[in-house]
Amino acid sequence: MGKIEWAMWANEQALAAGLILLTGGIVGVAGLFRGWEFAAYAIAAGVFVCLLEYPRGKKNKGTSVERTGQYCFTVCVKAFGPLTRNYYVRAFIHAAIAVPAGFMLATVLGCVCLGIASLIYLGAAIRGEQWEPIMPRTETRKAVGESIKQPPQNPPPRPPAEMRRKRAEDLEGAAYDNPIKVSDYEE
Amino acid sequence: MGNMIINHGLTAFILVVWMSINIFLFVWFYFFYDLGDQFYYTRHLLGSALAWARAPAAVLNFNTLLILLPVCRNLLSLIRGSFMCCGRTMRKQLDKNISFHKSVAYMIGLMTAVHTIAHLLNVEWYNNSRRGIYDPLSTALSDLADGSNTTYLNPIRNIDVNAQQNPTYFALTSLAGITGVIITLCLILIITSSMEVIRRSYFEVFWYTHHLFVIFFIGLVIHGAGRIVRSQNNLVQHNYTLCKDRIEDWGKVAECPYPQFAGGPPGTWMWVIGPMFLYLCERILRFIRYTQTVKYRKIVIRPSKVLELQLVKAGFKMEVGQYVFLNCPAISHLEWHPFTMTSAPEEEFFSVHMRSVGDWTQKLISMVEELPEGTQGPRMAVDGPFGTASEDVFDYEVSMLVGAGIGVTPFASILKSIWYKFKDSDPKLRTRKIYFYWLCRETHAFEWFADLLQVLEKEMEERGMGDFLTYKLYLTGWDQSHTDHVMVRFDEDTDVVTGLKQKTNYGRPNWEKEFEQVRKENPSSTVGTFLCGPAVLAKVLEKKCAKYSDVDPRKTRFYFNKENF
Repeated sequence: MGKIEWAMWANEQALAAGLILLTGGIVGVAGLFRGWEFAAYAIAAGVFVCLLEYPRGKKNKGTSVERTGQYCFTVCVKAFGPLTRNYYVRAFIHAAIAVPAGFMLATVLGCVCLGIASLIYLGAAIRGEQWEPIMPRTETRKAVGESIKQPPQNPPPRPPAEMRRKRAEDLEGAAYDNPIKVSDYEE
Repeated sequence: MGNMIINHGLTAFILVVWMSINIFLFVWFYFFYDLGDQFYYTRHLLGSALAWARAPAAVLNFNTLLILLPVCRNLLSLIRGSFMCCGRTMRKQLDKNISFHKSVAYMIGLMTAVHTIAHLLNVEWYNNSRRGIYDPLSTALSDLADGSNTTYLNPIRNIDVNAQQNPTYFALTSLAGITGVIITLCLILIITSSMEVIRRSYFEVFWYTHHLFVIFFIGLVIHGAGRIVRSQNNLVQHNYTLCKDRIEDWGKVAECPYPQFAGGPPGTWMWVIGPMFLYLCERILRFIRYTQTVKYRKIVIRPSKVLELQLVKAGFKMEVGQYVFLNCPAISHLEWHPFTMTSAPEEEFFSVHMRSVGDWTQKLISMVEELPEGTQGPRMAVDGPFGTASEDVFDYEVSMLVGAGIGVTPFASILKSIWYKFKDSDPKLRTRKIYFYWLCRETHAFEWFADLLQVLEKEMEERGMGDFLTYKLYLTGWDQSHTDHVMVRFDEDTDVVTGLKQKTNYGRPNWEKEFEQVRKENPSSTVGTFLCGPAVLAKVLEKKCAKYSDVDPRKTRFYFNKENF
């Protein structure tokens, strides 16, 4: 199991927990349950957790798969720098958010799920994992033409025209043939 | 359109049947609880939330029955074997077992959500009734307790707890509550670790977490043992229409004795005990296979980090295109990994070619690299073979085989088998001509396959049957250095990349041209097209098959076979 990035699973679990918190909160508020204020809190907490966890981080090895439309979330989450990059902070935040949801049955499942996600994040943090944003690939692709030789920019070095002319005494040594017979030089 | 019906019709039919049963169960049990007289008083306390909780419970019973069955792969092989008489289309449905397993899992997740939400409402309203917040009838019903001549309706008995915490307290002290919480947690963990991202990259997390299903099933079976869904069982003596407004007279008047309640016996075990037993048999069988001896005939390590294992196992019989699961206890006792077989059934051994893709394959390759020559490899267990054989390939006069990337692996088995059958003039083989298209980014990882093609090429030349197999290799990942290389050696007989007589093409094939050529060379044949590769390519080929098929049955007709190796 050496190559497992626990943060990837923690992310799925936290996202699920966020949705469960949200659902439990909605049920609690809609039914005006006892302690519905905790349910209202759970709605806000659920939304926050979902927003934080929606952008998937970059995998250390292999290709990372983005969630649909996650780019704007990536930018927001990235803006918080070390607060969102460090998984110890995330583990702590999730644990703290989870606590008030434990005071009501409708939200207690979300609380436990988020707690589990927090533990997995703690494991990830201990192993030194970090959240890296998946940024769109900048066009670093080598232009195909790089391996194709560039055409020469300058003409090849030549002696001046005077020297290049055919000389009567050395017709064979000339560098060119005249396409049209020139009476003076040709036989 | 015809192709779609042939390829997908039976699957669609099975899904429709499954959904119909789900819908039927939901509606039936919904009305059972929403209209049944025995639940009148229960509904007075809970409203329609009672029915909303019980209906998904019925659907859950059905689906937890189903979910274990598609993963009993040996059972499926047994069914597949005994259905040899029936059409191949039917047997191919068994190959979609994992997709069905996933659909059932989604349904379980959805129904669990509905069931849990409905019960949240139930518990809240039971709590309120118990505390006398609602009308007198509710309070009276809730006050009924297990006594000398009364039985309880409202399962919340103890209200010495903080009113807001009472639901949680009830959930954690009742059998149904605590099992419900535990198994829902297990279900959530199973689902989050089964997401494609986790499954593809960290298979071990997925595999080990999935075993929480054991706890899930145990909890599920005892979930109803508390019998807290109560119904009235003395409707004749206590007529609710008469007595519901005469609470003070209950137990004091002849026509209104106390209403008596009892909970129904837990029913889930009746649904799941069969599949649980079958799955247990499956795991025992896998364990037996684990103990059977498998010997190495040959181990070859290719330079491109591809390991070829030729294995021999007593009583092992395979068909083309099937796969096996391998387990190497030295690496991990519990992990079984699937590999398509690359040998033909006519050979006395079976072989797999594995690339170094993950933890398990890497460890195996490094273990084998350190072995001295000629010794046996680490102990290996084999489960299988599985999968519907691709015998359809032999039925067509002309076959177009398209293998993309790693999808070329089953074609090794097919090509070898075709060649053996051709040499032995096997009457089962109707194929007279094969066109093989091999698409890959680079051949480095598949040079073993190029070797196979070379061998076939040589043998065919020797027998003067050069026409039998036409293959084209398409390298889709080329760059300038490739073209330089080719330019320099263009007039050589064999190809620079593969050493084969047929030249390598660069880029993707022009399917129009290919289909034109096949049609021209085979003006009156039925051509079967088989693909092992990405779904996008499947769509392209399907379209081309439809386009180039002639309406006239005497002319060329193309049939696209969607194979899922």
